[in-house]
Amino acid sequence: MSRSAPIEPPPVAAATSAWPLVRRVALGLCAVFWGAWALGLLPGIDGVRGNLVALTVVLGGFLLADEVTQDLALPRRWLVIAVPLVWFVLFFLIPFVVLGRISLSETIIARPPYTPLWDRAPDGSLEILAGFQNYSWILGDALYRNAYLSSIKIAAISTVLALLVGYPIAYYIARSPEPRRSVLLLLVILPFWTSFLLRVYAWIGFLRGNGVINNVLLSLGLIDEPLVMMQTDFAVYVGIVYAYLPFMILPLYATLVKLDDALLEAASDLGASPAVTFFTVTLPLSFPGVVAGSMLVFIPAIGEYVIPALLGGPDTLMIGRVMWDEFFSSRDWPVASAVAIVMLILVVIPIMWLQSVQNRQEEQG
Amino acid sequence: MKRGWFLPIVTVLGFAFLYAPIVSLVVFSFNESRLVTVWGGFSTQWYGALLDDGQMLAAAWVSLKVGTISATLATVLGTLAAFVLTRFEVFRGKLLLTGMITAPLVMPEVITGLSLLLLFVAMEMVLGWPAGRGLTTVVIAHATFCAAYVAVIAQSRLRDMDESLEEAARDLGAGPVRVFFDITLPVIAPALVSGWLLAFTLSLDDLVVASFVSGPGASTLPMVIFSKVRLGVSPDVNALATIIIGIVAVAVTIAGFLLRRQARAAR
Repeated sequence: MSRSAPIEPPPVAAATSAWPLVRRVALGLCAVFWGAWALGLLPGIDGVRGNLVALTVVLGGFLLADEVTQDLALPRRWLVIAVPLVWFVLFFLIPFVVLGRISLSETIIARPPYTPLWDRAPDGSLEILAGFQNYSWILGDALYRNAYLSSIKIAAISTVLALLVGYPIAYYIARSPEPRRSVLLLLVILPFWTSFLLRVYAWIGFLRGNGVINNVLLSLGLIDEPLVMMQTDFAVYVGIVYAYLPFMILPLYATLVKLDDALLEAASDLGASPAVTFFTVTLPLSFPGVVAGSMLVFIPAIGEYVIPALLGGPDTLMIGRVMWDEFFSSRDWPVASAVAIVMLILVVIPIMWLQSVQNRQEEQG
Repeated sequence: MKRGWFLPIVTVLGFAFLYAPIVSLVVFSFNESRLVTVWGGFSTQWYGALLDDGQMLAAAWVSLKVGTISATLATVLGTLAAFVLTRFEVFRGKLLLTGMITAPLVMPEVITGLSLLLLFVAMEMVLGWPAGRGLTTVVIAHATFCAAYVAVIAQSRLRDMDESLEEAARDLGAGPVRVFFDITLPVIAPALVSGWLLAFTLSLDDLVVASFVSGPGASTLPMVIFSKVRLGVSPDVNALATIIIGIVAVAVTIAGFLLRRQARAAR
């Protein structure tokens, strides 16, 4: 889109703006606060006071940058870019660096409970303490290997099940006439807004020995004794499909709704059966939706903790749960970090695949 | 096209699958019996039990505080990120920012939780802030992943928006800040309201990340529910679930109403 040049030079708005004055006053207040803090007039940093200091540092830094860039007539769009960029680098990217760093340490009983990466030997030389011992331990140990493999298996089976359940629903919604379509779509999204934990909890009441499903089947005389469904892998599949079904349906719907009816008509006019039409026209065209939906289920399912913890049995091995126990029960931060890093490597490829599919769709509009 | 019976039946079954557990949660919250799945007569005693549960009320208060603050922070951050990504031409770090606001949407929560906790511990050692784990750390963690969701919503709204409005304001001499606050923000405001509501519910809902980054005295509602539910089903959790579902229903109705009004105004 071309930007047209201003028709006539606008009056300088800054001259009448109160902003420079407000900025000076705010900066002054920050300076007074820092001064008091530096002189030790404020009692030690704890809780609220610490947050106040952090807030004035961030705010003061921003105001100072605003002042300086204005005075020096520097490009000021970085003031806007920096806010989300710095936040996400600090609280999303750097945590992974810290995670990687701690995964190279060993656990010790101290605060913090891990060894430094290097140390000064008594003779003053630098001693490297970092090592990959946690990784060789994880990859050599059958428990962790099985947990990774079983997580991938459970996530993959659940993803296929969610696809089999979600595809017909998405197709039906996409082919529905307008008022019904919006209502159905809303009904798909709605459960996502209620508590994930409570929706998983609801399945305990359904699947238990004396739960709703068994009671119904028993009273109908279909079974003679309660089925064992809780604390099995089956319950975990049900839980994952249930919790992530909206994530499967929505991207599928988005591609299916754009499907041109003329293509389907052309296929059937040329003598293709509905099945052939589906496999040669509909399915290939909805492939981006299949990939996006599958990745949106598969990636979080790999690290799932709540569902196996509540619905799975003691032998339902999932890596999210193993890592949780490693951290909260064994209190071994370095091993837990290494487990997380290996998990991260496992999900990076699916995440990049998802992103490339989404970018391509965005370019197509 | 021939209308088969297969699709409608699968769709009906699919919706039954989605809603049956929620309906049973609500129904059994009014159950007299302590056995959650055996009907013993109508009663509202579990709602009363909920009001007497001091731990639960304290956790609910913590969750409400965390939800409000982090949803507001997330809305500001997410809107800025979306604005920067849709309105600014290529800048260094644009690809990085795009990646950083999409990855949290799918990142397994255990990884996010652990890595943030380790960051907070490291920051406390180096900077002395944040002092210990508690409300502050949970708010930061929630604001970060909620901002990613807000950014997605705001981005799609900013792309759909008619950019000629902003251009007209610029041509009439408004500075970029003025254009943003007088034109862009009012136009995308309804989307931001739904973004805020989504962020709020996500924050209220989160168990895993909060379990990692929270500290003593700052247990959120899902943490308390989880410790209860782990020991088995309990009817007061059903009562709580019903209240939450009721609140969500009201919030979604408001959001839907706002979006519909906006769609009508756009026409």
